[in-house]
Amino acid sequence: MKVTINGKDTTLAVNPARTIDSLLEELDVNQRLYVTVELNGEVLDRAEHETTPVKAGDSIEFLYFMGGGR
Amino acid sequence: MTEEQIARYSRHIILKEVGGKGQQKLFDGKVLIIGAGGLGAPIALYLAAAGVGTIGIADADDVDLSNLQRQVIHFTPDVGKPKVESAREKMQAINPDVKVNTYRQWVTADNIAEIIASYDFVIDGTDNFAAKFLINDACVLAGKPYSHGGILAFDGQTMTVKPGESACYRCIFPEPPPGDAIPTCSQAGVIGVLPGVLGTIQATEAIKFLLGKGELLTSRLLTYSALRMKFREIPIKKRSSCPVCGEHPTITELRDEVDAMTVCDLEH
Repeated sequence: MKVTINGKDTTLAVNPARTIDSLLEELDVNQRLYVTVELNGEVLDRAEHETTPVKAGDSIEFLYFMGGGR
Repeated sequence: MTEEQIARYSRHIILKEVGGKGQQKLFDGKVLIIGAGGLGAPIALYLAAAGVGTIGIADADDVDLSNLQRQVIHFTPDVGKPKVESAREKMQAINPDVKVNTYRQWVTADNIAEIIASYDFVIDGTDNFAAKFLINDACVLAGKPYSHGGILAFDGQTMTVKPGESACYRCIFPEPPPGDAIPTCSQAGVIGVLPGVLGTIQATEAIKFLLGKGELLTSRLLTYSALRMKFREIPIKKRSSCPVCGEHPTITELRDEVDAMTVCDLEH
């Protein structure tokens, strides 16, 4: 199935059990425990990661902490 | 304006978006830069050159040799000097019209409200999450517009916050990561040109805000990858559940995010 991740068209194997949380693990996303996930334009609460399924056509953004500046 | 000022700002004055009136707005403008390092360096230099009349700069640190690879406002003979002093000298050398207020201190929950109070716009050029969250909270609670900036290795992000109108930093990141979970300082490294790109964007936002021209980078997180040479813009909605700017805020007074402090912060 096709989704958009950080603006890139991405094909994922069909897996009806896939949640945002399992997707983070599957893709070995950087800052996995702390990254903010925006799904179709809405920032998810961290508690929603485990309960939110990933569906075909979803647009997913990973928003990373960047703490540097000096 | 004197003849000399007309000459100095002529490239601004001929812009229809600026003109003499806009240049006067810049003279009358007051911008606070928190952090006189990688991001703060280009911000301070460009705002001074642009003729922003009052510029505050806050940092408790002294110039270190390892800063010079990116903090272009500090020169080799400045090593050991307070960063705010080194910065003030360069800003006034570029433009003696500018008044520079220096704050040789770290911002904390106890002092930040007073420091930001007299400024029109605040710029976050800090290097740790405790300060970034504190600046967000202080600006939201005071209704003060500000520019967030963050950098790491080859990547950067920035967003402008207009409290009450646009998404704030906590709309994206409700809580800071635990201390040392995300590399922030010397251990991660940073390519020297990176803060030049991000800081210059932040300075642009301050100038646009003072001029009242164009569209600010509000409710959009701009991300930059130097390695891929790509900018992306991610729309961010103001969240009704945001702990500081949402409908039922849990943060109603300033507090230091002690858990977000890292070993590096404590060494300061």
